[in-house]
Amino acid sequence: MELFTNQVLAGIATGAIYACMALAVVMIYQAIDHLNFAQGEMAMFSTFIAWQLMQWGIPYWGAFALTLIFSFVGGIVIERALFKPLAKAPVLTHVAGFIALFAIINSVAGLTWDFTIKQFPSPFGSSPFLGSQLISTHQAGMIGVTLILLVLLFIFFRYTRVGLAMRAAATLPESARLVGINTSWMIALGWGMAAAIGSIAGMLIAPVVFLEPNMMGGVLIYGFAAAVVGGLTSPLGAVIGGFLVGVFENLVGTYIPGVGNELKLPIALALIITVLVVKPNGLFGRTIVKRV
Amino acid sequence: MTAMLHVKDLRAYYGQVQALHGLEFELQEGSLTTLLGANGAGKTTTLRSICNMIRSTGSIEFEGKKLDNKSTESIVRLGIAHVPQGRGTFTTMTVEENLQLGAISRKDTKTIGDDIERMYAHFPVLKQRHTQQAGTLSGGEQQMLAVARALMLRPRLMLLDEPSFGLAPLIVRDLFKILGKINREDKVSILVVEQNAQLALELADKAYVIETGRIVMSGTADEIANNEDVRKSYLGY
Repeated sequence: MELFTNQVLAGIATGAIYACMALAVVMIYQAIDHLNFAQGEMAMFSTFIAWQLMQWGIPYWGAFALTLIFSFVGGIVIERALFKPLAKAPVLTHVAGFIALFAIINSVAGLTWDFTIKQFPSPFGSSPFLGSQLISTHQAGMIGVTLILLVLLFIFFRYTRVGLAMRAAATLPESARLVGINTSWMIALGWGMAAAIGSIAGMLIAPVVFLEPNMMGGVLIYGFAAAVVGGLTSPLGAVIGGFLVGVFENLVGTYIPGVGNELKLPIALALIITVLVVKPNGLFGRTIVKRV
Repeated sequence: MTAMLHVKDLRAYYGQVQALHGLEFELQEGSLTTLLGANGAGKTTTLRSICNMIRSTGSIEFEGKKLDNKSTESIVRLGIAHVPQGRGTFTTMTVEENLQLGAISRKDTKTIGDDIERMYAHFPVLKQRHTQQAGTLSGGEQQMLAVARALMLRPRLMLLDEPSFGLAPLIVRDLFKILGKINREDKVSILVVEQNAQLALELADKAYVIETGRIVMSGTADEIANNEDVRKSYLGY
């Protein structure tokens, strides 16, 4: 029983990271209807920025805040420079753009900081949380930071004018322009926020997977799985999907013989395919109430 | 009265197909002007050209400012509210959020709450349903919401595209009564495009008739209503 509880809690902790990545993916998907394959690399690059800032002697939370700002601005710059000109281009052009972005960021990070594995500190430490062996303080911190982020995002989208405008621009761009919303900037803002959310995921997972240019590969695939499970049109679904995928991954790895750590990743892919076949809109995909 | 909106030599295109062939008309400040015409005559295209939602050439001037190269959202911010065909309701959001979106480009945020209350006074049914998802409203209610959303901009000019479309005759009467009231009391100039010529002519003070992308007739609403050709083609008696 203790093993079970332990695995579920650990699953929730990594699930928090998947939830952040899924949220970032969904955010851009809502704005431009494409999956950002480079989301993980953007998060990795942000994490390197945080690491570099700490190398220069800036304390953890200062580096954290600066990295958020850097990522937000960086996301906007990427959108303005690369994807705004592609706005009306076909899907394949976008896919090529994302792959190019992926390769460029990965190489630039490798060139700047090389490919050796680096330690990334945790602000929470790794002692038992509240004296319990079930979960470490870092895992509890991952869950806590994610929950705070979610509450802030909920308040932003539900109660602020900019949040309302972003939702309007994502659901009906033409109507949004007709009430005076600059939809093009709303998309840029979405990119900025997605990049910032991704950077949080990167900084939280780096102490676990260690820092190197390919650290986010697996995480992003789980993030995609989470987004697909929850439904690509639902930010809330993406978050719940993240936690579900985290727990599912751990339980399957623990209880199904022969899976172990090595075969965990195919589980995410199997999950994506299963959901797409059985329930393509995901668990929380948009079901719009319509009068018939 | 001075002309608020000047449209000169307007030509619009859908791909290779030309939909407007040098359309000219003007709208006086404070007036309620209607553009009449059959299906496909170019009424919707005219409204979409004003808000730069379609490629067009020619000149459109609003209160002395050229609109030709402005983006849709900046034209709206000049005080032109456009209620599009199909209403453009944000169906997944609540009625109240739709109203707030109407005012989203306004700088005077403090008076938005009062304006929402004013809209509820104009359209009491919206108040009853203010927390409901807009997509669950009936067609008539959605049209009222669309008009209310447009008014939340505090527009100087409101463009209405077929407000009677798909609505029961009684509801259309109500809606047009409210439009007349808004025009008189709130001093909003209105340009309404309609297939329901009879109703539009009762309400309007000035009318234009469009045929295949050109204005073929203009005059006061009474003159147009009494014109024999119009009676035969559009009023059906």
